[in-house]
Amino acid sequence: MAALKVVRSGSRLLNGFQSLLNNPRKVTCGVAATVTKHPRWYCVSHLSVQERIERKRKAALSGGGQQRIEAQHRRGKLTARERVELLLDPDSFVEYDMFVEHRCSDFGMEADHNKDFTVFGGSLSGAHAQKICKIMDQAMMVGAPVIGLNDSGGARIQEGVESLAGYADIFLRNVMASGVIPQISLIMGPCAGGAVYSPALTDFTFMVKDTSYLFITGPDVVKSVTNEDVTQEELGGAKTHTAVSGVAHKAFENDIDALLNLREFFNFLPLSNKDSAPITECHDPSDRLVPGLDTVVPLETTKAYDMLDIIHGIADEREFFEIMPNYAKNIVVGFARMNGRTVGIVGNQPKVASGCLDINSSVKGARFVRFCDAFNIPIITFVDVPGFLPGTAQEYGGIIRHGAKLLFAFAEATVPKITVITRKAYGGAYDVMSSKHLRGDVNYAWPSAEVAVMGAKGAVQIIFRGKENQAEAEAEYVEKFANPFPAAVRGFVDDIIQPSMTRKRICRDLEVLASKKQANPWKKHANIPL
Amino acid sequence: MASHRVTPALQRVLFTWQHVAWKSRCCAVASHAKYSTVYDPAEKVHVKMADEAVCVGPAPTNKSYLNMDAILEAARQTGAQAVHPGYGFLSENKEFARRLAAHGVTFIGPDTHAIQAMGDKIESKLIAKKAKVNTIPGFDGVVKDAEEAVRIAGEIGYPVMIKASAGGGGKGMRIAWNDEETREGFRFSSQEAASSFGDDRLLIEKFIDNPRHIEIQVLADKHGNALWLNERECSIQRRNQKVVEEAPSTFLDPETRCAMGEQAVSLAKAVQYSSAGTVEFLVDSKKNFYFLEMNTRLQVEHPITECITGLDLVQQMIRVAKGYPLQHRQADIPINGWAIESRVYAEDPYKSFGLPSIGRLSQYQEPVNIPAVRVDSGIQEGSDISIYYDPMISKLVTYGSTRAEALQRMEEALDNYVIRGVTHNIPLLREIITHPRFVSGDISTKFLQEVYPEGFKGHQLSDSERWELLATAVALFVAAQLRSQRFLGNLRVSSSQQEQRRWELSVELEKGVHAVTVSRSGSTYAVDLDGKRVDVSSEWNLASALLPVTVNGTQRTVQCLSRSASGEIDLQYLGTSYKLRVLSKLAAALNKHMPEKVPEDTSSILRSPMPGSVVAVSVKAGDTVAEGQEICVIEAMKMQNSMTAAKTAKVKSVHCNAGDTVGEGDLLVELE
Repeated sequence: MAALKVVRSGSRLLNGFQSLLNNPRKVTCGVAATVTKHPRWYCVSHLSVQERIERKRKAALSGGGQQRIEAQHRRGKLTARERVELLLDPDSFVEYDMFVEHRCSDFGMEADHNKDFTVFGGSLSGAHAQKICKIMDQAMMVGAPVIGLNDSGGARIQEGVESLAGYADIFLRNVMASGVIPQISLIMGPCAGGAVYSPALTDFTFMVKDTSYLFITGPDVVKSVTNEDVTQEELGGAKTHTAVSGVAHKAFENDIDALLNLREFFNFLPLSNKDSAPITECHDPSDRLVPGLDTVVPLETTKAYDMLDIIHGIADEREFFEIMPNYAKNIVVGFARMNGRTVGIVGNQPKVASGCLDINSSVKGARFVRFCDAFNIPIITFVDVPGFLPGTAQEYGGIIRHGAKLLFAFAEATVPKITVITRKAYGGAYDVMSSKHLRGDVNYAWPSAEVAVMGAKGAVQIIFRGKENQAEAEAEYVEKFANPFPAAVRGFVDDIIQPSMTRKRICRDLEVLASKKQANPWKKHANIPL
Repeated sequence: MASHRVTPALQRVLFTWQHVAWKSRCCAVASHAKYSTVYDPAEKVHVKMADEAVCVGPAPTNKSYLNMDAILEAARQTGAQAVHPGYGFLSENKEFARRLAAHGVTFIGPDTHAIQAMGDKIESKLIAKKAKVNTIPGFDGVVKDAEEAVRIAGEIGYPVMIKASAGGGGKGMRIAWNDEETREGFRFSSQEAASSFGDDRLLIEKFIDNPRHIEIQVLADKHGNALWLNERECSIQRRNQKVVEEAPSTFLDPETRCAMGEQAVSLAKAVQYSSAGTVEFLVDSKKNFYFLEMNTRLQVEHPITECITGLDLVQQMIRVAKGYPLQHRQADIPINGWAIESRVYAEDPYKSFGLPSIGRLSQYQEPVNIPAVRVDSGIQEGSDISIYYDPMISKLVTYGSTRAEALQRMEEALDNYVIRGVTHNIPLLREIITHPRFVSGDISTKFLQEVYPEGFKGHQLSDSERWELLATAVALFVAAQLRSQRFLGNLRVSSSQQEQRRWELSVELEKGVHAVTVSRSGSTYAVDLDGKRVDVSSEWNLASALLPVTVNGTQRTVQCLSRSASGEIDLQYLGTSYKLRVLSKLAAALNKHMPEKVPEDTSSILRSPMPGSVVAVSVKAGDTVAEGQEICVIEAMKMQNSMTAAKTAKVKSVHCNAGDTVGEGDLLVELE
């Protein structure tokens, strides 16, 4: 994919091929072994510099040796070199710092002068931090995304405080780069201890099923401290982090699947916060009508439907790259294209917990909205929300604080914001979901929309407490409030549209809003309720 | 369609059926009648075409289309003077006809007594015999000895079928082709009759070898006139349900056709039949035909008769109901050209030729842009196919001046039919209509079992078809790759980069991996595959559901069902869908290191093969079941399916109860 195309840099001295092993410990051993087997490397002084370079390259290319490559393959994993080759277009990878010898040569990193992208593979172990920092600094300077392929055993105890310092150097750069260039982590092996905080600081963390783990401390330490019996997979496998903890955003079947999907994902993103969201060639007509949407919302307000049917219906070629598909499923977030232009989509999912907002879904939505806002990606919000989830579990967990995050994120976002109310928009949750009041640019309602403080039953019970004829009052309430008109007459929705026209309208609005300029008041940074 | 003015008394007609929405509309308009319809809230398509519509309640059907009260009320609301009941639902319900009459609403169909007479299997046979219609010769009673059995068999004529009268279905049935076999059959059957059923009676009946199901369309008025509108060949069936029908039949000669037609008409007259009806016959290999039953309603497959005769049957039915005499004479009824109907079902044809599937039609396009194609359906994109109605999506009818032309169009129509979101039987339909036996007209009701004794497995690719398919997938992959690099606006790559012109790839189909090289010139991709060169060209519109390609000069319509980032491409090619995977040479080489994920052992897990409701659970945790033993019964779309154990084992846990609604793939029972 040309988006990943890397052009060889002009400063050839720094470029070169080198060993691309993924486990730092192994790599070090590998290099040492090579050295002892070929002592002449260092004593044959009459070799010309050119020849020495060639020899070093050769040794580096063989890496830790065939045996170690095979061992990696036996574990169902690829070597770092293979991973990088798969991720990039053929012959486009160039490497930095091959000659940094004792600081180890276990990861390949490169940035290119085409403002394209940066990748580092291998460990985040302390000794290599300098190399990583170097490349990240450069990536930030030129405005190129950073992709980390993580497969490391964690900190090297024997390196002591130096490795801790190295970590912190990287963390600092992750934080500095946050919101400047997209940062993506792909966990392809164990990633434990302090190393986990780098992926946690990046925008997206993807994992490979069955071969990757993320945890602060492994099962042995867990056993000794809390006496819990837990396997690596249960503690920090892909399933745990994509479904339970919400640490990772998506998991893939294997190395190849993950890298190919990463290529696809990369094309959704701008290169930096100074670029606009990418637009690709699109064959799907922007004025395509979607007749299926006219019947997608069931007539009974209590009946669920799949929000993904709507998202697939309006997106270019029905393509939707869902983020966190298995976590807090009552909200759907992800990337799609509209007329070739990348958009971020947020939607309540009526199929799961009626699409209510709870702690997890608020945090999931908020983080996604902030990413889109940081990188100039327009946000399209589909609203069918009965409200925030009540109950002690939610209140004790701080739903007020967490729900406020989503509100905060939508309110501060200055990218184009288009909202479609498909059915319920009740109470505070209506305000939160990218309402007109939070600077929504275009807010639509479908004819099935009900913008109200609450549903008919609850409202009638409060307003007409103790009175007879509840059913009659309910019917009256439905007639008065359970429709899009109260919001429309006040201008809180801009138009009531036929569902089948939704794609056409959104594509047109995006065209208009492409030049939207909006700024928040100057501040050091906002204080989102974390 | 002959336009005809109706009297004011029939200005409003209520149609209570779904699939013929468009058609009824045309016809009602042609008759200057207002078209009203009924619907349930789940599906609203035919409603759009109607002048007015009344909701008769939600699914299941006993609450909607089968709810007489609701329909009577609908008739009252719309002020309809007549109700057309369509087929199925209430079309052969004499009570419904009676109640309509009581309300002064005309039931568009035959009189109650005809419905009643033909609705009873035994009575209808007696009436048929009286009307000199051929019935299957047979004997039902106590047979004294083997010699008497031989005598009876001789009277009937070989081959004969012998079985105990009390035994249901084909149980204990024996076929005898000569006297010796008759004696043997008598011995076995009489023993079985006495021991198993305690009833000595035996049934000896003419055995119809390789039977065909051929039916005659009749049309009669209230003045004693009746016509036969030629035959429909409906032999292609699975589980006694028709799949592909054609008119006329390749098998009948004019004499047989005429004989069948005249017998059908004489039966219609014998019961003072009025309106359209169908007389079904079994026809053996020697063109002997035997009366089976008469359907006192419009048949699903009536469009093919309309195609070849030019008569609009629904319009004729409305005329007859109003009391007009027929406009045509027998000599006016032509056979013009050939018509074929495929019943497109929401079914998985790989499971016993079709188990129901449900879902939401995420994409739906009928091939109506092809000339001489007619699609009768009651659904549209976004419709839900639910377990409550018949799984029929549509009736796809093609017409041609010759059979070959009609078949050619059917092939094209099936290739251009876009159905996504539910599993459908287009793979099976396309295989049937292109099978050499079908094309030559060599069919019988056993066609499917004979042609696919092991069950339907999809299209079997020939070598050249395989190359075509592989090359198409590879070319599609490259076209998609190239497009993904075309960014508009700010460039993400240096403009000096030449667009790639040559690719080394690998494509996998059914475990076979092929290395390929591709080179591009314009929109044509030359694919070098196992030493063969295949040229694939297309406009490469990657958003369209249909992908017209030209492969080595042959034009095909392929459908791309899905494309994933990791190179998986599902193509519908020649009706069948194939899973392919295209990878770069490097990725393919590394793919061998990827661990095989072990699929779950399905022999100890019983999952529902389709959505439906659990009728009965025959086991509980701790029971020991034998291989093949029934575990539970799932009912879906009016069908009960027995789920059996795949191995002998102890039941570990039961996850369903009678009355539960289950989805496809839901866990029912776990074995140890």
